[in-house]
Amino acid sequence: MTSDVEQLYQRIILDHNRSPRNFRAMAGGRSAEGHNPLCGDQLTVHVRVEDRVVADASFLGSGCAIARASASLMTESVRGLDVAAFRTLASRFERLVTGSADAPAEDLGALTAFAGVRRFPVRAKCALLAWRTLAAAIDASDVVVSTE
Amino acid sequence: MEHPAREGRGGVAARRRDFPLLHQRFHDKPLVYLDSAATTQKPALVIDRLSRFYREENANVQRGVYALSERATSAYEAARATVQRFLNAASPREIVFVRGTTEAINLVAASWGRAHVRAGDEIVLSELEHHSNIVPWQIVCRDTGALLRVIPIDGRGDLQLDAFERLLTDRTRMVAIAHVSNALGTINPVGEIVRCAHQRGIPVLVDGAQAVAHGRVDVQALGCDFYAFSGHKLFGPAGIGVLYGREPILNALPPYQAGGGMIRSVTFDGTQYADVPARFEAGTPHVAGAVALGCAIDYVNAIGPDDVAAYERDLVDYATAALAELPAVRIIGAPVHRGAILSFVVDGVHPHDVATLLDREGVAVRAGHHCCQPLMTRLGLAATVRVSIALYNDRSDVDALVAAVVRAREVFA
Repeated sequence: MTSDVEQLYQRIILDHNRSPRNFRAMAGGRSAEGHNPLCGDQLTVHVRVEDRVVADASFLGSGCAIARASASLMTESVRGLDVAAFRTLASRFERLVTGSADAPAEDLGALTAFAGVRRFPVRAKCALLAWRTLAAAIDASDVVVSTE
Repeated sequence: MEHPAREGRGGVAARRRDFPLLHQRFHDKPLVYLDSAATTQKPALVIDRLSRFYREENANVQRGVYALSERATSAYEAARATVQRFLNAASPREIVFVRGTTEAINLVAASWGRAHVRAGDEIVLSELEHHSNIVPWQIVCRDTGALLRVIPIDGRGDLQLDAFERLLTDRTRMVAIAHVSNALGTINPVGEIVRCAHQRGIPVLVDGAQAVAHGRVDVQALGCDFYAFSGHKLFGPAGIGVLYGREPILNALPPYQAGGGMIRSVTFDGTQYADVPARFEAGTPHVAGAVALGCAIDYVNAIGPDDVAAYERDLVDYATAALAELPAVRIIGAPVHRGAILSFVVDGVHPHDVATLLDREGVAVRAGHHCCQPLMTRLGLAATVRVSIALYNDRSDVDALVAAVVRAREVFA
């Protein structure tokens, strides 16, 4: 197995794919739909925002390991962030997965595991789907999100 | 040929050498190209033919009186005759050059649909269809008030022919059906479907995109009214394709696009259209593409379409058996007759992850819905991994595929 693949499918990503965290519906929050029809990735992201702070985030749906693990780790990473901090983290995550593969990756804690996506440009859309969908949920947008 | 499959194996090394692109490495592994249903690779002689046309023969066709234009025109018309013989069409006038299968189907849907489909009429197609044989008919239905009727498949991925017969009514105006399913590999019983439809006077369009590179196609034996295919899936260039139409039905069809080349005379009061096939070839056609497609057909003919079919049948059976031995693999569909296509899913590994892991082993396959979303919905799947072969593949490709699937499964274990 080449190291590229090992960097993409890191243990933490495989673990979150197999046992996604916060994989549940949510009563009383907002939600948004994300759909990448070419891939077949389909996510519903739920969020509860209290006093401009993400109090809870969860998701349901199906997709590839990158999409599922990204959604799962995202729901853990954003809890407790105020909305402005979420937006900052979302754009840092986007830079992490779409940046130059040769540049050093920014340390985003557990999310840094997704730096391997940079060597697989066609998979960036998988990693970003949950994040864009969460942003749509926070903005109360009812447009179906796609990153394709 | 007494042992076509054996001949094929013996001959395949030589055939593989004909395709320069296949001799590359990706991720430090030899390329194993198993996505010929998306597009086939091109033999060097087709690439050279394209180049030679531009070096020696390029001129507009059916225009100039000078020798060069005559040379281009005769190369273009020779290609048309090659296609005619390849399909066993009755006349070269039945061969219309288009951009590809999609344009061919759009041409029929637009021209034939406008002339013949009214509110309350019905168009019959199947659950197996590619979007390109669904959406043009949906547009006809939207514009006319006609309705789509869909032939269901059974658990094996074969069409339910009894259901098909029940769908035919005196309102059915067209049956549009794939020759070979691009997602499951099902070879449809086109001859039987045509007989059934013709008993009621209903014309049949066949989407031949996944059939032409994989065996003999005889449009007169099939009896279909229209047959569409793409050059790039038949070892030819992209941007050239063919619509076959039976001459009487083509003659009665209004033009699709309007412009130069499709007219007999134009005044501001009106226009007389050219005879077929020129009536459907408005604008300067992809002359070099047509000529190179003719060359690609010569290439297939030199091997023999029946030998190609026998060789590929053997290889697909080998691939099916090898994948079926892997406990984590579920092959989607088990049609009675399978073309050069095989879809599967791997337990616990999403098709896109499978395709990424296979790519890193040099194995190129397709993952996704294969432009068959209604079929995927019917199957309850978001996506499959699709393996598709052509005459340049051999058992070592299948072995590399199987080894890569095993490794992919290990990553996710």
